[in-house]
Amino acid sequence: MSAPSLSTSPTTAAPVAAPHRRAALYVAEHQFRSMLNYKWTVVMVGVGTPLFYLLGIGLGLATLLDADLASGPGGPVPYVVFVAPALLASATVSVATEEFTYTVMSGFKWRRVFWGINATPVEPGSIVSGLVIAVAARMAFGSLLYLALMLAFGAVGDLWTVWLLPLVGVLGGLAFGLPLLAYASTLKDDNGQFAAVQRFVFTPLFLFSGTFYPLETLPSALHWIGWISPLWHASELGRVLSYGAVKPAWVTAVHVLVLLAFAIGGWLIARRTFTRRLR
Amino acid sequence: MVHAQSLTKKYGDFTAVDGIDFEVAPGESFGLLGPNGAGKSTTMRMVGAVSSRTGGDLSVLGLDPDTHGPQIRAQLGVVPQEDNLDAELKVRDNLIVYGRYFGLSRAVCAARADELLDFAQLTEKAQAKVDDLSGGMKRRLTIARALINTPRVLMLDEPTTGLDPQARHVLWDRLFRLKEQGTTLVVTTHYMDEAEQLCDRLVVVDHGRIMAEGSPAALIREHSSREVVELRFGSTRNAAVAAELEGVGDRIEVLPDRILIYTPSGEDALEHVSRAGLHPTTSLVRRASLEDVFLRLTGRSLIE
Amino acid sequence: MSAPSDTAPLVPERRRGLAALLPASVRALYAGNARMFVVRGFLSAKTNNWIVVLSGFFEPVFFLIAMGIGLGTYIGDVELANGQTVPYAAFIAPALLAVSAMNGAVYDSTWNVFFKMHFGKLYDAVLSTSMGPLDVALGEISYALLRGLVYATGFLTVMQLMGLNQSWTAILSLPAVLLVAFGFASVGMAITSYMKTFQQMDWINFVMLPMFLFSATFFPLDVYPEAIQRLIQALPLWHAVELVRGLTLGQFGPQLLVHVGYFVAMIAVGITFTTRRLRALFLD
Repeated sequence: MSAPSLSTSPTTAAPVAAPHRRAALYVAEHQFRSMLNYKWTVVMVGVGTPLFYLLGIGLGLATLLDADLASGPGGPVPYVVFVAPALLASATVSVATEEFTYTVMSGFKWRRVFWGINATPVEPGSIVSGLVIAVAARMAFGSLLYLALMLAFGAVGDLWTVWLLPLVGVLGGLAFGLPLLAYASTLKDDNGQFAAVQRFVFTPLFLFSGTFYPLETLPSALHWIGWISPLWHASELGRVLSYGAVKPAWVTAVHVLVLLAFAIGGWLIARRTFTRRLR
Repeated sequence: MVHAQSLTKKYGDFTAVDGIDFEVAPGESFGLLGPNGAGKSTTMRMVGAVSSRTGGDLSVLGLDPDTHGPQIRAQLGVVPQEDNLDAELKVRDNLIVYGRYFGLSRAVCAARADELLDFAQLTEKAQAKVDDLSGGMKRRLTIARALINTPRVLMLDEPTTGLDPQARHVLWDRLFRLKEQGTTLVVTTHYMDEAEQLCDRLVVVDHGRIMAEGSPAALIREHSSREVVELRFGSTRNAAVAAELEGVGDRIEVLPDRILIYTPSGEDALEHVSRAGLHPTTSLVRRASLEDVFLRLTGRSLIE
Repeated sequence: MSAPSDTAPLVPERRRGLAALLPASVRALYAGNARMFVVRGFLSAKTNNWIVVLSGFFEPVFFLIAMGIGLGTYIGDVELANGQTVPYAAFIAPALLAVSAMNGAVYDSTWNVFFKMHFGKLYDAVLSTSMGPLDVALGEISYALLRGLVYATGFLTVMQLMGLNQSWTAILSLPAVLLVAFGFASVGMAITSYMKTFQQMDWINFVMLPMFLFSATFFPLDVYPEAIQRLIQALPLWHAVELVRGLTLGQFGPQLLVHVGYFVAMIAVGITFTTRRLRALFLD
């Protein structure tokens, strides 16, 4: 067999290539290709989670409730309407606990894919951006499925603003996920830290930040759990959009700002840890 | 292509690279030979523009890696010491995804991927999973991946470490073809046979410093005698026997498992030994190699 | 004494007794040395993931506080099928105990075993010793069960302190939880032996979620139409929940034997398939 002539190594000076502005998109494209390996998981979890939770919690558990938990501008709302936006937010947060932990450990250690990308013109910051784009897209997909099922269950109040719910889902997911990404990127090895995050951070937040009943139900000594929880802020914001939960405008603004602060702060720290580790 | 002067890299108190100077000319195949931990990989990371230097000057393709990292990396091909192929993707997709990182269009990536699979003798494995490839195939795929952007310099960090002899020869053959086509190669290795096979010119590094520089043949000529006699008397006796051999050959080196006699003529030295009434369990006369150069320069063996 | 090769038992004599009773087809897989694996499990828990081990205790407690007490303020008492009314926390506490037994057993017999099989390469090393694959399987399950028993004891203590145990029979929920966990673990192990990729493992979680939500865990079965009730009653978690609930609430009756029988059958099926599959994988 004769070697095919490869056009390698022109010895004359080549024009200096500019760093690619679309580098993050290339990383995202790579991530999407990887996600195709578990596309059925993504779809199945995307459809199954809302279906089961809306049926079990939204309808089943609701039969036991003696009192109304929440009301919109037009009076009390059914439990499923109250609980659905919070369930949607916890679904995107749960995507984050998977994609911003094991995927990162895999990129640095198990499969070392990040080191391969690092040798190309792509900068560490773009690797972070690419990951965020890909995961945000998966969250958006999950949120849209959730919204579709919510509509099918009649679990929404205000048809005009409910369309923004997926956006809140993605924002909530990133607000929880990006600090987690920053943490995950500092780890050299997984000795159960991710499982610990799952059980000591995600589960308590899922249970104690106003997901199943208003935060005020808890003793006031526990309210801080909600205040520091991206999940609570996202759930509350979702409730405003979904059925017009009554609250002052400044509170809504605070929810948005807190979520943005978590997401942006996590993103910046993650960029720094990625750069420090890869360079 | 690469120009380094007093290049230094420190991690805290530890100096990984301690002021080295070297130059790589276009079309040349340049090697860094040294034991593990000599600072070869750190040097490669600095040249590859993924690690900033602590001191000295470095220019790669006429650019400063500290300020033009992406522009430099766009024109390099890097084969890392540890494979980092994406095992979740198929063989061909690994090449395509990688090409995208250089801003190549999908069509160009696809065409180039097929060309490179042919070059790496992996065309039949195009749709295979990476995990199903043998070690040698993975290595060839990594090299193919490093060529996707038609780099001006191909950098290989320990390209054949961990491969069986046959896979090594297949790989050397592929690299040799690239060399013939005029690709500039920068290779690190701790195998002297690899350095002799691949490198036009090399530097011997130890503890972050350059010990010697030249072509493999010139280095051997300069730092070793023409032939080497290896004698084994058993590990308990070697040291005692060495004392009796004083004066035989140009120089004697005592290793834990054997005695080396450096001499212009191995046969003469061997005769000398038997005349002295010494009967080694095994004896061997061979040509001097880079291993001997390294031993001479550092007093240590390359592979411990 | 004759040549050592004739007399030295492959298996230490004292443990051989039990192994010798097993049919030959099983003896090839089982050297009676599963406890080595339990020891290894404890050692690795001690050095590595103690926080994960610890979390297994806290998870059901978090659920009990959040749902039983928090949501319980809106629910009050729950009326059982026999007309008895109990506080909501007392209703879900036994269910959470059963769920945590299921989760622990399934995690240890599926994800944990799968990861070790395909990534840790642990079993290759172990199997090259005198231990058989069934030692490994039973050892993993036993370790999971012991851990589960510790969690269950802790949780039952919490229930007692909160006044949620309404009968002395609550203490019997400890052996009941062991039985439940053994049932899930043996089937989980059988399923794992057929799995090839992580993606397939995701389906296991997918089956567990609806079981968790619908098996009379958080609300009684009577909210469903008749047909769906029958379907849920065919699933293992419902039997587990009813068994444990019957014991902690003191509804001692023959129906509990049905639940026990269900798990005995589950264990028999699980072990049979695991053994058969391990034979095919390692011996044939």
